[in-house]
Amino acid sequence: MFMINLIGILLIALIIWWFWLFKSKEVSALDHGIVIEVADGTYQPSRIKLRAGKPTELQFLRTDPSPCSATLLIPDLEITVDLPTDQKTSIFLPDLAKGEYPFHCQMQMYKGTLLVE
Amino acid sequence: MERNTNIPELSQQQEMVHDLIIEGAGCASCVGKIESALKQVQGVRSASMNFAQRTVTVSGDVKQSLLINAVENAGYNAKSNTGTSEDELLDEKEKADEIYYKKLMKEMMIALTLGIPLMVYSIVGGEMTVTTTTERIVWLVVGVATLAVMYFSGRHFFVGAWKSFQNHSANMDTLIALGTGTAWLYSMVVVFFPYGVPEVARHVYFEATAMIIGLINLGLALEVKARGRTSEAIKRLIGLQPKTARVVRDDQEVDIAIAQVLLSDIVRVRPGEKIPVDGQVTEGHSTIDESMLTGEPMPVEKIKGNEVVAGTINKSGTLLFKATRVGKDTALAQIINMVKRAQNSKPPIGRLADIISGYFVPVIMIISIVSALVWLNFGPQPAIAYAIVSATTVLIIACPCALGLATPMSVMVGVGKAAEAGVLIRNGEALQTASKLTAMVLDKTGTITLGEPKVTDVILTGKFIEDDILQLAASLESGSEHPLAMAIVDSAKERNLLPKKVQNFKAIAGHGVEATLNDETLLFGNQKLMRQKKIQIANHLSTAQQLARDAKTPMYFAVNGELAAIIAVADPIKKDSIAAIKRLQKNDIRVVMLTGDNKATARAVAKRAGITEIFAEVLPEDKVEKVKELQKAGETVGMTGDGINDAPALAMADVGFAIGTGTDVAIESADITLMRGSLHGLADAIAVSKATLTNIKQNLFGAFVYNVAGVPFAAGILYPFFGLLLSPVIAGAAMAFSSLTVVSNANRLRLFKAQIH
Repeated sequence: MFMINLIGILLIALIIWWFWLFKSKEVSALDHGIVIEVADGTYQPSRIKLRAGKPTELQFLRTDPSPCSATLLIPDLEITVDLPTDQKTSIFLPDLAKGEYPFHCQMQMYKGTLLVE
Repeated sequence: MERNTNIPELSQQQEMVHDLIIEGAGCASCVGKIESALKQVQGVRSASMNFAQRTVTVSGDVKQSLLINAVENAGYNAKSNTGTSEDELLDEKEKADEIYYKKLMKEMMIALTLGIPLMVYSIVGGEMTVTTTTERIVWLVVGVATLAVMYFSGRHFFVGAWKSFQNHSANMDTLIALGTGTAWLYSMVVVFFPYGVPEVARHVYFEATAMIIGLINLGLALEVKARGRTSEAIKRLIGLQPKTARVVRDDQEVDIAIAQVLLSDIVRVRPGEKIPVDGQVTEGHSTIDESMLTGEPMPVEKIKGNEVVAGTINKSGTLLFKATRVGKDTALAQIINMVKRAQNSKPPIGRLADIISGYFVPVIMIISIVSALVWLNFGPQPAIAYAIVSATTVLIIACPCALGLATPMSVMVGVGKAAEAGVLIRNGEALQTASKLTAMVLDKTGTITLGEPKVTDVILTGKFIEDDILQLAASLESGSEHPLAMAIVDSAKERNLLPKKVQNFKAIAGHGVEATLNDETLLFGNQKLMRQKKIQIANHLSTAQQLARDAKTPMYFAVNGELAAIIAVADPIKKDSIAAIKRLQKNDIRVVMLTGDNKATARAVAKRAGITEIFAEVLPEDKVEKVKELQKAGETVGMTGDGINDAPALAMADVGFAIGTGTDVAIESADITLMRGSLHGLADAIAVSKATLTNIKQNLFGAFVYNVAGVPFAAGILYPFFGLLLSPVIAGAAMAFSSLTVVSNANRLRLFKAQIH
């Protein structure tokens, strides 16, 4: 029983580390545009580095037909965009101040962050 | 009243983007050539060509015709890409939803074809255990068939779960994949290694795996349908825009796609046709039905110089008009954009659900492990079977979707319903605050009253005759845009009295105006102005007071220091203001009238409108202070005005309502814009906000209670007391229908009806 309990506790620790403590790798969109794929419950990449004070274009390519992925929201920038399937949708971001700007689907199952540095 | 003759303007969050279709680009090297030709056009910021689709997207502050010229000069043909217009996007979305719905239904059928017979077998007492070799073989075949169901019907859950896992996130797919995967894996362990499992625990759960996948696919399919219904309002708005326009080019009338209409094009609309773009009438006379945008049922007369707005219907005559706003800049496009943005914004009430959603799935995974450990450590035999069932059921029953959908679905429907009634709600926060307003400040002129005052009395007190007085007064006021001044000028015009040119004109804010004409000093204004200038009015005060008691505004006109006349102006109350104010008061909202007018007139108007509280003789800059006063008294204050003169007070109020007469209202200046002039729009806005908030609360309550009660139940909390343990299949059905319930409840808001006039 001891081993089973230990495995259970280790699993719990793993969940906490993997889902909450670990930060995904950031992808830079500093010098060129970036295409973010919207599919299977995720934005890929989901952590995007941007330069402060420089307008940027992001492209979203939705390949997932689930209605969950249909709307992209960047609440801090008051941006709401409908993403058609299998087409790139461009979002033009204005000059942004340094900080983190989360983006997500309507239900927040798809999540990502813009890291403006 | 200062009238805004501009078509509404919303702030643009994206710069102008042009999509062009390129013809004649046969090789990949054309891409660079076309892009560089476009980038050389002044104003272009970026140009990016998709060679596979032969389309180019250009962004910048530039006219599309210049871009088309540039491409043509480079040796290719270009035309506007209308494939991404709102209605086509919507069509595409509906088609994609239909395909997705059919796919889900097919997957559901496959899963239930296996799941239902298995479940029926288990219910009628069939052995779901593995003891003999024959049973092992039979269950192995069923196990493989279940694997096929997982592949054909449930693959998207597993792929989604794996992709999310790689991305350090977890979602509904994670829970379903883990739950069904655990049930299947355990069952296969029992099939392959029955002797490694205690005899009482040699139970298989293939029926649970197949049923859960089938039921959740069914729930998702029904949700796709129900979600489609939540966007009906926006569909109707998008449907207002015609697909083609008849423009006059080179003296010929041609029908062209709406996206190809350029600024300054002359557009012709015949009776019964929809106005394709915004513009200004250059020729013709007609009436236009603007009810689809404003909710105002009476058609509006249009003559040369008047504005027309895309999406409205030309009723009686043929009109020629010059396009002043096209494409994404039309009032309709901006309204659609604003409604869409508002539909996707969240009221603060949804924030807690968002925070919980962020942690939900990993927490459920942890609860599932804890539940299994508790059963293994303290549960009766077969503990391992109980542990597997409880862990699986916890994973399956938990529904992050219901929580996530609770707020946005209601906001989608509520904001859409409001838009149908001519009420544009800026965002979720405005929606929520509007639902709990306790006080409403109404500006008098143009809000309670028509805003079109007329001269009713000219009482002479000196040597001048009536026409002279009106001519002098009109001369003095001809430069002013104050509604009272306009009434004087109009009255003079009706009598063909031309205004004369005055000198030394001076406006004295909150008091009146002063000027000279042929060495005569003219003064026109209220009692305060007369007192300030020491004009004797004592003998005429009772006359003025009587006029005020009749809800007229008396103004004094003095020539060379002597009172020459009292001119009374009255602004009739809108016909439905009284009923609308009653509706507000019935909702326990304290209604206060605010006006720059004198106290006696204000009191008389307020009395007729059914208002007991007034702020009269308020200078324009003091309106903000009055709003603040109410807020300090603990009220949640709404302020309704025309959105132009009242902008600071609207901004200070907890919710600012801009009321318009037609489509010329300044949308940008308020939290909520009432596109029709009626105060019923205000009562409707508050009613729809209340209905939406109630709906959100029901959804949130349902989703919280479902999860808070369902998860412990699934973990087996009732087992020690009643011997009850939930089946994973029931959990799957409950989970599938919990989010459907939320969407269906939100759809009930579609039944909301605005006040019919």
